[in-house]
Amino acid sequence: MTKRITADEVTHVATLARLRVADDELVMFTEQLAAVLETASALEALDLDGVEPMAQPYALTNVLREDVVTPSLDPTEVLAMAPAAEDGRFRVPPALGDAQ
Amino acid sequence: MSELSDGWEMVIGLEVHVELATKSKLFCGCSNSFGDQPNTNVCPTCLGLPGSLPVVNAQAVQYAMTLGRAIGCTVSPSVFARKNYFYPDMPKDYQTTQYDQPTNEDGSLELPDGTVIGIERAHIEEDTGKSTHLGGGGRIHDATATLVDYNRAGVPLVEVVTRPELTSADEARAYVAELRDILIATGVSDARMEEGSMRVDANVSVRPTGDAELRTRCEIKNINSLRSLGRAINYEARRHVALYEAGEAPSQETRHWDEDGGRSTSGRSKEDADDYRYFACPDLPPLAPTPAELAAIDEAMPVLPGRRRSALASAAGVSMAETSLAVERGLDTFALDAIAAGGQGISVMKHVDQNLADGVGVMTAESFAALVALEADGALSATQVKTVLYEMVASGGQPADIAASMGFEAMDNSELESLLDQLIADNPDEWARFAEGDSKVQGFFVGQIMKATQGKADGKIVNQLMSAKAKA
Repeated sequence: MTKRITADEVTHVATLARLRVADDELVMFTEQLAAVLETASALEALDLDGVEPMAQPYALTNVLREDVVTPSLDPTEVLAMAPAAEDGRFRVPPALGDAQ
Repeated sequence: MSELSDGWEMVIGLEVHVELATKSKLFCGCSNSFGDQPNTNVCPTCLGLPGSLPVVNAQAVQYAMTLGRAIGCTVSPSVFARKNYFYPDMPKDYQTTQYDQPTNEDGSLELPDGTVIGIERAHIEEDTGKSTHLGGGGRIHDATATLVDYNRAGVPLVEVVTRPELTSADEARAYVAELRDILIATGVSDARMEEGSMRVDANVSVRPTGDAELRTRCEIKNINSLRSLGRAINYEARRHVALYEAGEAPSQETRHWDEDGGRSTSGRSKEDADDYRYFACPDLPPLAPTPAELAAIDEAMPVLPGRRRSALASAAGVSMAETSLAVERGLDTFALDAIAAGGQGISVMKHVDQNLADGVGVMTAESFAALVALEADGALSATQVKTVLYEMVASGGQPADIAASMGFEAMDNSELESLLDQLIADNPDEWARFAEGDSKVQGFFVGQIMKATQGKADGKIVNQLMSAKAKA
């Protein structure tokens, strides 16, 4: 079996997903993910010349709604779902970095 | 004009986020309104609660395609994609945007001075929530907690991305001002930078003048006005030049503009596009505009600022740039009508720019043209014309009638001449200085004549008479 993914790549993806991965887990996940990718690579064997790429399997386009305002949730109810709230807002641990 | 030391040039690309003027959000029916109490315009969809599904707002798509066509883009079938990242401003942990198949691509925008800026793409995406950082004096790095309001999460945006073709802060400001005028003319957005409905990020790099390579860029965020945009770009470009000249190099990162401090500060290192793990959103079927829809958009397109400027420039016999103010004030149609009614182009433009900042009130283009003609004939002085003009704006009427009712009658040149002769006789020293070329005393004579005639004299005629006498 060819090496489909490296331990460094798994570490990188784990960091992006905010997952902490122990050393033995890293070995295990690298093997498991390599197997998943190996299986998926079966698709590469298919002759897809002349097949239009599609974003979805459904034959749907332009599923739209009218620009009409509908009622929102009660903010008290909304904030009650959060672990912490303050001043009508969700309170979360300090977020370093930028809004997108 | 470059603000940099010799041998360096700027390379600027702009990303402008435009909030669309829809009533509801992009994927749900929550209200798209600014300034409401926090978290009052939220529902399961824009909070990313399990089981909720997005449905695209037809008006948002319509606005996005309208903007695309207004900036000359090709409008193509498009696919929504998920941009995955962890940050509390998006409760879903991804932002729905467009990636490899955006709605609009390959456009351009012409600035008033004729420079054409290439547009790479203008894609649809949802806005994020608004974060407030507590503690640390509002500084992100020292914050003790972050408070989030999701009213803005899911508000429809179009992100307009230029090619890296802008070369100065002035050009960047002109581009944003032009885009704003187009957004307002098409009704796509109210484009208020101060309310955040139009937000500009600037990608800035520098390179040795004439080089073709693109060097490391920094993305400057938190720019809230045209003035900030110019300052931020100049600051950043100078920072890069200083680094290169010291034998160092800038690193690719996002930086925050600090308007009060007049500087940018380091944000986070920029993630690669790969790190966002974009993939087509399985919940949202692609958009596929029909030729008929696109034709209808073109049909309904208002005359855009660029075309309005060129029409006015050719009618008035002035440059495109000189028509900017009139078009911005929405007075170009009035000016064209006045010129068609016989008003001399340059005079019409002068009054539109200098005296009609508050609009034309009840004045008709025909009566305005008649006033411009009276001024051209020398029947009224500049001061009198202004007085009559304001009266026409306030109450309408014909300039000749108003001038007569105000007792404005053209002064005979011979009358002025004898007044001037008298002044010269009374002030021989001043006159001698004027005759020797000291233009500073010119104002003294004009002022004295205006005083003697209670402002009825035409300053231009007085100047002409003085020059003629000085040469005689």
